[in-house]
Amino acid sequence: MSGSRGELPPLVDYLVVPAVNLTLAFLVSGLVVLAIGENPLAAVRIMLSGALGYAEGVGYTLYYTTNFIFTGLAVAVAFHAGLFNIGAEGQATMAGLGVAVVCLAFDGAPWWLVLPFAVAAAALFGAGWAFVPGWAQARRGSHIVITTIMFNFIAATVMVYLLVNVLGKPGAMNPETRTFAEATRLPPIRDMLLPLGFDVGTSPLNPSFFLACLAALLVWLLIWHSRLGYEMRVFGFNPTAAVYAGIDPARVVMIAMMISGALAGLLAVNEVMGVQNRLLLEFVGGAGFVGIAVALMGRAHPLGIVLAAFLFGVLYQGGAELSFERPKISRDMVVVIQGLVILFAGALEHLARPPLVRLFRRTRLAAEA
Amino acid sequence: MPIAPIPDAQVPALPPAIELVGIDKRFGGVHANRDIHLTVDKGSIHGIVGENGAGKSTLMSILYGFYQADHGRILVDGREVRIRSSADAIGLGIGMVHQQFMLVETFTVLENVILGAEGAPRLAAAESRARGLIERLARDYGLTVDPDRIVGELSVGEQQRVEILKALFRGAETLILDEPTAVLTPAEADHLFRILRRLQAEGKTVVIITHKLREIMAVTDTVSVMRRGEVVATWPTAATTVERIAEAMVGRRVLLHVPKASSVPGRTLLAVEGLDVRDGRGARLVEGVTFDVRAGEIVGIAGVAGNGQSELLETIAGIRRPSAGSIRLGAEAIGGLDPAAIRALGLAHVPEDRHRMGLVLALEAWENVMLGYQDDPAYQAGVLIDGRAVRAAATDRFRGYDVRPPDIRLRTGLFSGGNQQKIVIGREMERDPDVLLVGQPTRGVDIGAIEFIHRRLIALRDRGKAILLVSAELDEIRSLADRVLCMCGGRIVGECRPETPEADIGLMMAGVAA
Repeated sequence: MSGSRGELPPLVDYLVVPAVNLTLAFLVSGLVVLAIGENPLAAVRIMLSGALGYAEGVGYTLYYTTNFIFTGLAVAVAFHAGLFNIGAEGQATMAGLGVAVVCLAFDGAPWWLVLPFAVAAAALFGAGWAFVPGWAQARRGSHIVITTIMFNFIAATVMVYLLVNVLGKPGAMNPETRTFAEATRLPPIRDMLLPLGFDVGTSPLNPSFFLACLAALLVWLLIWHSRLGYEMRVFGFNPTAAVYAGIDPARVVMIAMMISGALAGLLAVNEVMGVQNRLLLEFVGGAGFVGIAVALMGRAHPLGIVLAAFLFGVLYQGGAELSFERPKISRDMVVVIQGLVILFAGALEHLARPPLVRLFRRTRLAAEA
Repeated sequence: MPIAPIPDAQVPALPPAIELVGIDKRFGGVHANRDIHLTVDKGSIHGIVGENGAGKSTLMSILYGFYQADHGRILVDGREVRIRSSADAIGLGIGMVHQQFMLVETFTVLENVILGAEGAPRLAAAESRARGLIERLARDYGLTVDPDRIVGELSVGEQQRVEILKALFRGAETLILDEPTAVLTPAEADHLFRILRRLQAEGKTVVIITHKLREIMAVTDTVSVMRRGEVVATWPTAATTVERIAEAMVGRRVLLHVPKASSVPGRTLLAVEGLDVRDGRGARLVEGVTFDVRAGEIVGIAGVAGNGQSELLETIAGIRRPSAGSIRLGAEAIGGLDPAAIRALGLAHVPEDRHRMGLVLALEAWENVMLGYQDDPAYQAGVLIDGRAVRAAATDRFRGYDVRPPDIRLRTGLFSGGNQQKIVIGREMERDPDVLLVGQPTRGVDIGAIEFIHRRLIALRDRGKAILLVSAELDEIRSLADRVLCMCGGRIVGECRPETPEADIGLMMAGVAA
């Protein structure tokens, strides 16, 4: 995919097409905002300044971005192997269990000591939860879309059971574990930068953001520069050719799903160890599903995913500010806008392509003549 | 033949069925059609030949309304027309039979024939009209097919007849067939030619697009040769020869039969004994097959497609598992090993279908150069793939096998069929395998490239390697193989010399002389 030449120059393919899709999404969103009697331009201004206008806002935006990078990468890795992993939500949920168990077991130990174990546990639990649907598809032919959706529900109910009956704080009304000790929590970026003389404002942004960037780099190496990634892509594009090439399809399906699940699981490091500091219900908050839109919009390329994740971070943080500033635009309205972006950038991804391809042919013809 | 070919110099009595005047079409930087002038006489069978990418399909797509020409005029029956869609073309009595059939496989023949031409919300009227037509055409033209059968259950030849019926049901006076025999057995092709002659006798006009010269000679009245977007020659078929047409197509003299010395077989490199292969339901695909291939010889397997040749190749390559019997590669028993292990022992495999199996079209060309050899230590750099090494190998293969354009970063699907095949053949032959399995080495490949591929196969044989060749082209088997095995119904029904007359081999392929 990288650098491959098709009908459009790569620059147009990767930048102009998404930009056009976004513009369309915002135009329609503007009409919706107009319909409820608000000024769309003012709404855009509030969203942008809320998400990017001050240090604290930027921190929140990047905190959301971190989650979306993990789930976007998770969906993309499976995608390259021709698998549609809808289960990032459930895989991240189960990974939360892994992170919480590690943090509670090492409670009080310094975070930098606990972090490697928490990351390993998150990846392991996420991978384990994705392995079962992967195995079922590879060996029994059950379709991964169906099984991963079902596994989201199973993960959610398992979590309820565990938090109510097993892990829950005794005597508490809320189904959640006790809070981790201060030292074990991932410190906010602000606390890390203050001694250096920078004050970036209070936000949940923590070192797992760098983990997300590292994961993006590793996924890039995996997909385009490793043998396993090559085998995944061959299988994803042409399973018959994969068999011809001596690639074991069952192995590729299971490994791709486990890597995908592990990436989704890393979200729990950010949320459980970095922000909530305890295990609670529904801490994933739909990021697993946003990951699908992020992966589609980012064309399953790590760089695109980081950019798309940032865009959705802006939408989440800016949207929160917007519903706060303009009570008429409720939280649900913001969800509508996000939905429109997903619709245009994901589902209607090819809406703007044919006219662009035609336009390009014509300009090239004109340039030649 | 009822209607004699009309020489170009004479003025035909009727206006031509189709006349193209100065058609010009560009796609971006590609000049697909250059100032094309073409006259198709009414009631003639007109062949258009040219290599892949010569612009034949573009020209016919313009005539059928898929594309609009940048310049030029189209005249149908002497009247200038504008064809903006396939509906316009159908309205003008132009019907097209595509290479890839446009049929709904789960529908019956009747439903497919009326599809899109039902005429009214109630189907009964169109159905009875179509039923009458199918019966009449079956009687008149030998277009026999059962109107109530499900299309997916028909043979390829029958499906093609359904396509022709569809066009005739829509009132086609001029029928365009795109590579009509690419998927047909020789007998089916002959049947098709008989149908076309009957249509011609009824006054229909037929245009055949092909790159097979044999069928041009067999069935057409007039032949036009295209090269690089231009019509370079138009001749009455009777007044030209295969060699002249081939030369016009390629732009230089080509050898249709590559000369080779007689083989000097050495020790046995591939030995197959009592091989049985069954499908998932237990049906026998290959039954008790025993043969061997020795160093320095090419063994050809002749047979009508679907008689177990594909499964035989796939089983030897490790893609399918044998249910009984043994396969030995040199001294090693390889039956039941996986493709990677078999490849590592010195067997290479050019699969029959490069799109389905031999290549990943969505990948860049250089990435396909390591397909199947991704484990090769020469391509590794630590835990990662050594992209530079693979690209160097790819550049080398591209040069050695004259792949055009010589751009290893181009997406594989953008190469022409012949060049894709050169990528596959280059990849497999450059490993210097002891045994090479080759399926349909020149399917959909230009004449110029066929000569090239044949030379390479013979050169490999002369280096003392063993080659097992499966081809649907009897000509190809006869000109390459040193021994010919005939397969029918999953069994080897006979062995003969390549000099054996075609008719005798054909009988053996049908299982008659077994």
